[in-house]
Amino acid sequence: MPQIFGRSFNWFANVSIVGGIAGASLLLGILLNINRLDYVSHVGMPKDQPVPFSHKHHVAGMGIDCRYCHTTVEESAFAGIPPTETCMSCHSLIWTEAPMLEPVRASFRDEMPLQWTRIHDLPDFVYFKHDIHIAQGIGCQTCHGNVDAMPLMWKAQTLNMEWCLECHRAPQDFIRPREEVFNMNWVPPANQSAAGMELVKKYGVQTSQLTDCSVCHL
Amino acid sequence: MLNRALALSATALLLGGCELRQAMYDQPKYEAYEASDTFDNGLSARQPVEGTIARGQLRLDSHLYEGKVNGELATTLPLELTEDLLKRGQQRYDIFCSPCHDRTGTGNGMIVKRGLKQPPSFHVMRLREAPIGYFFDVITNGFGAMYSYSSRVPIKDRWAIAAYVRALQFSQNAEFDKLPAEDRRQLP
Repeated sequence: MPQIFGRSFNWFANVSIVGGIAGASLLLGILLNINRLDYVSHVGMPKDQPVPFSHKHHVAGMGIDCRYCHTTVEESAFAGIPPTETCMSCHSLIWTEAPMLEPVRASFRDEMPLQWTRIHDLPDFVYFKHDIHIAQGIGCQTCHGNVDAMPLMWKAQTLNMEWCLECHRAPQDFIRPREEVFNMNWVPPANQSAAGMELVKKYGVQTSQLTDCSVCHL
Repeated sequence: MLNRALALSATALLLGGCELRQAMYDQPKYEAYEASDTFDNGLSARQPVEGTIARGQLRLDSHLYEGKVNGELATTLPLELTEDLLKRGQQRYDIFCSPCHDRTGTGNGMIVKRGLKQPPSFHVMRLREAPIGYFFDVITNGFGAMYSYSSRVPIKDRWAIAAYVRALQFSQNAEFDKLPAEDRRQLP
């Protein structure tokens, strides 16, 4: 009986050793990095909404504070999506005929909430709280980007765990004075790390616990 | 045959893995404001049963909660007047009121400039003479074109804003003799 693999198959054995390792590494690399793609994390991609609400117009143009609509951001985990009543506080009197705003008026008339498409949706095993981040001097802009320049809402950051950890490992690089949390135009000082360290101490940020699993995953 | 079986089971594993992963990302629990198929109005959050009061939410103090004493608009603050209260009032005023009333209370806010009906200035005699409970009442129940802010501004913040409106009124109508000496020096 002749041998199944003749001498000419040796090249195949050699290539398959190298190629197998290279191929497996490549596959692993793709799997590990796929979540970093903006295409997967949806960074910078607006989504269809019932009304093309512009933060740019309302924040930069009208000077409305974040908290006028997101009323619970300082005392609850959830920042709060405003009820239609908040929209109608002004839009019952201005832009009352605009076809673009018909879903808002319909929502108010029929007492059915507007159904926005969520942009920032963390996995259900992450227990993010807005209030503690606000209270400890993390600006809206740090995670949400320059919302005042967004005609439609999009994600400015991946919200991946490695991104969260960048700050949880070194909060001094991102923390800002509490008075500046809602300021979209705040620029970190040249000595941010040193100034940030002062704030970390002043606000009592427990840096030793910030990377514990239980801090975010309960 | 073996190859096909292997390929199939690998695919099944991968897909199953993804499904499990997805199940952990979207667990069978409601997030804030998530829609629900269970209830007719589609809301996952339930309203309290009509006529019931949650523990700690009995509002008997009509001065604090309605701005009224014996049915009349209150003339005093139900809270202690402190610098912190005024600062809180200023912050909340700037967030919720200044879009229309502007930061000094003359009623020329940005939204008014864009076409909303102009509210009266806080510095007219009628409003300078209005009891402080009046401002609390208007924030709570709305007035004219102004919607109620009761769902947006909690009770104590409403009083803080009312107190700050008084401070704004004083700032525009202060008597020279009542100013502290250092402020007086800065005036011609």
